[in-house]
Amino acid sequence: MPSPLYLAAAVAVSAAVTWGLRALPFAVVTPLRRSAVLQYLAVQMPVGIMLILALYTLRDVRPTDWPAVVPTALALAAAIGLHLRTRNAVISVLGATTLHVVLSTFWPH
Amino acid sequence: MIGKQAEGASRDFAAAAADTASVGLSLFPLGISFGILVVHTGLDWWWAPVFTAVVYAGSLEFLLLGLVATVTPLGQIAVTALLVNLRHVFYALSFPLSRVRPPGRVYATFALTDEAYALTAGGRARSWSGARILWMQLFCQGYWVGGATVGALAGSLIPFTLHGLDFALTALFVVLTIDAWRAQRDLPAPLLAAAGFAVAALLVPGQVLPAAMALFTVGVLARYALRRRALAPAFGDRDGHDHPVPTPAASAAPALSARER
Repeated sequence: MPSPLYLAAAVAVSAAVTWGLRALPFAVVTPLRRSAVLQYLAVQMPVGIMLILALYTLRDVRPTDWPAVVPTALALAAAIGLHLRTRNAVISVLGATTLHVVLSTFWPH
Repeated sequence: MIGKQAEGASRDFAAAAADTASVGLSLFPLGISFGILVVHTGLDWWWAPVFTAVVYAGSLEFLLLGLVATVTPLGQIAVTALLVNLRHVFYALSFPLSRVRPPGRVYATFALTDEAYALTAGGRARSWSGARILWMQLFCQGYWVGGATVGALAGSLIPFTLHGLDFALTALFVVLTIDAWRAQRDLPAPLLAAAGFAVAALLVPGQVLPAAMALFTVGVLARYALRRRALAPAFGDRDGHDHPVPTPAASAAPALSARER
């Protein structure tokens, strides 16, 4: 069982590294804001970064283990379908997550 | 005067509540599952609000629970934090920090999560005031800390773990990808990202996230270099740095799409 002092130190180290990664790049980037290449990056990157994060959350899904994949695949289709149709993020996230919770609870695997 | 300021403040507050509704729907249940996991790891319930309020980096916090359970050395925790959150260095490129006044910037950078970045990405936050951006970030952290606290308290009462709630994060990122796509409708960017992810997953399975983002950045830069080379003779400009542009967020999109045609 980790001691409270060790836990506090682990939290402090994690917080310091994370904050540094979020804050320090601004010192480098701000003077370069007018650069054309950075503007190109700022426009092009959001869609790709979001896609990479979405793929990353699915990293533990093994495509070959198809019975276990079914709830995730159906919930994914629901998220995409709902969002293309309604354009309402609340409906899309809530609908797809509800479907996933129901399927992964009741789907036999 | 004071009445007008208060009116503006409450408008920013209400707008931020609306801006973050969808993010809250994924962060709150995810926080609940994190809180439950904190108690199941054997920590006191109040470590859930401490982790979520002080570290405030979701994917790292889930990893951190496993690391502290085995009393991993602090140096290794620092390296893990660095690698897992390396992607955040890219968010400085377009997050509208300049909109926030200096004292608030301390919190704005601290709370610059994937979700906070996503909510301002694609120029959506172009008209937002600094206060609205800060409220948005406070709301996001509130959902996360609140969810974790509720989960930890409930988790100390119920003996089983909930399954399937973590899909909320996947659904959120899928929704944000579609929204970002609608802002640009430019196919090569997501294709480059998917290719970068595939290569990273094959070559460095332990560090997929920073590797995929680095590969994607290199791909976008290569595409920029190729386009510049193709456009240079027609436009006769060799140096893209000298174009007078007032604000990157406001001018980048139209300038680029005009070049594209």
